[in-house]
Amino acid sequence: MPLGMIGRKLGMTQVFLKDGTALPVTAIEIPVNYIVQIKTVEKDGYSAIQVGAFEEKEKNTPKPMLIKFQKVGLKPLKVLKEFKVDDVSSFKEGQQLVITDIFNVGDLVDVVGTSKGRGFAGAMKRWDFAGFPRSHGHRYHRAVGAIGNRTDPGRVWKGKKMPGHYGNETVRVQGLLIVDIIPERNVILVKGSIPGPSKGIVYIEKSKISNRKSQRLKLQRLKHISEQLIKVGEEV
Amino acid sequence: MSSLTHEIEKMYTPKKEYPKFKVGDTVRVHYKIKEGDKERIQVFEGVVIRIRGAGLNKTFTVRKESFNVGIERIFPYYSPNIEKIEVSKIGKVRRAKLYFLRDLQGKEAARKIKEIKIWDYEAKEKRKAEERRKREEEKKAMEGAETEANEVREEEKQVQESKEQ
Repeated sequence: MPLGMIGRKLGMTQVFLKDGTALPVTAIEIPVNYIVQIKTVEKDGYSAIQVGAFEEKEKNTPKPMLIKFQKVGLKPLKVLKEFKVDDVSSFKEGQQLVITDIFNVGDLVDVVGTSKGRGFAGAMKRWDFAGFPRSHGHRYHRAVGAIGNRTDPGRVWKGKKMPGHYGNETVRVQGLLIVDIIPERNVILVKGSIPGPSKGIVYIEKSKISNRKSQRLKLQRLKHISEQLIKVGEEV
Repeated sequence: MSSLTHEIEKMYTPKKEYPKFKVGDTVRVHYKIKEGDKERIQVFEGVVIRIRGAGLNKTFTVRKESFNVGIERIFPYYSPNIEKIEVSKIGKVRRAKLYFLRDLQGKEAARKIKEIKIWDYEAKEKRKAEERRKREEEKKAMEGAETEANEVREEEKQVQESKEQ
């Protein structure tokens, strides 16, 4: 498994291709990431790399964490995330990571984030239930309706879709194409939408499903995008 | 939208120079069309009935009537397929969105938009710019006078203070 990075969603916009197609993209800011800790099979039982990003004030960092950062010679960081990596020999603690070390234009990536919280939501919003007619004598509009049968089974099935808390959960969007990278601004553009609000923290890693046939075909289909994109400062 | 997003959008915004046009104007949009591997330019002439969005997201809608059938086309403002835009008529309207034109036909619709001749419009713009310049100059002069007056007052104050001491 390759290494991922920590970023922040900036928001959505669109870019044009040379043939005039407007492409919906999400801008993600990926600042310089630092390797905070390397976990090995001998010491921890599994091999992984802990990455940190977004500098934090010293007074806002708990003391044990502060010591942990001082040991590897780093400033305190706000966000830490562990990525499972098979071969950790090429990394060392305190190392800096920039976007171009890990991602290339035309890669497929997964983006993991926390979706927008919607509080206690009804079944129509939460599960896309159709609801009931709004007029023609109905007095029952957005409610769930029936939730089971009669004496057999005499109970409600487990996992029945019902109203409840919706959103504010970890969501992974798989197989997003990296449309462009702007290294001097620490920004990447991915095609499509990603979970969470603007300014929300997201984790970006190489797509877990990129070896699938469907994804390979998709990549073939989308190949023209990186060639056709009107790059910054380019004239048509 | 965060300022960084705004900046990125600006970076990707193609440099396009169109003549200024607004809702109510009649424009000729030269649009590139691909047929097979041939490329040709089609001109779509009509009234601008809507300009919406900002940044890369900006679009405008042009409405024309052909054989008594209304046709509306939405163009992305920064589309690379727009070769050029010409303003053929300048119209004076009192609305930002001319949706009411959809209910009218032919002469009736044309009558709703008062045409301003291009030379008249240019003269008017010139006059406006002149007035603006004058106003700014006056403002500057006023400010200058005020600061002078303030300086004089301060000097007087200092003199008084020194006297008191």
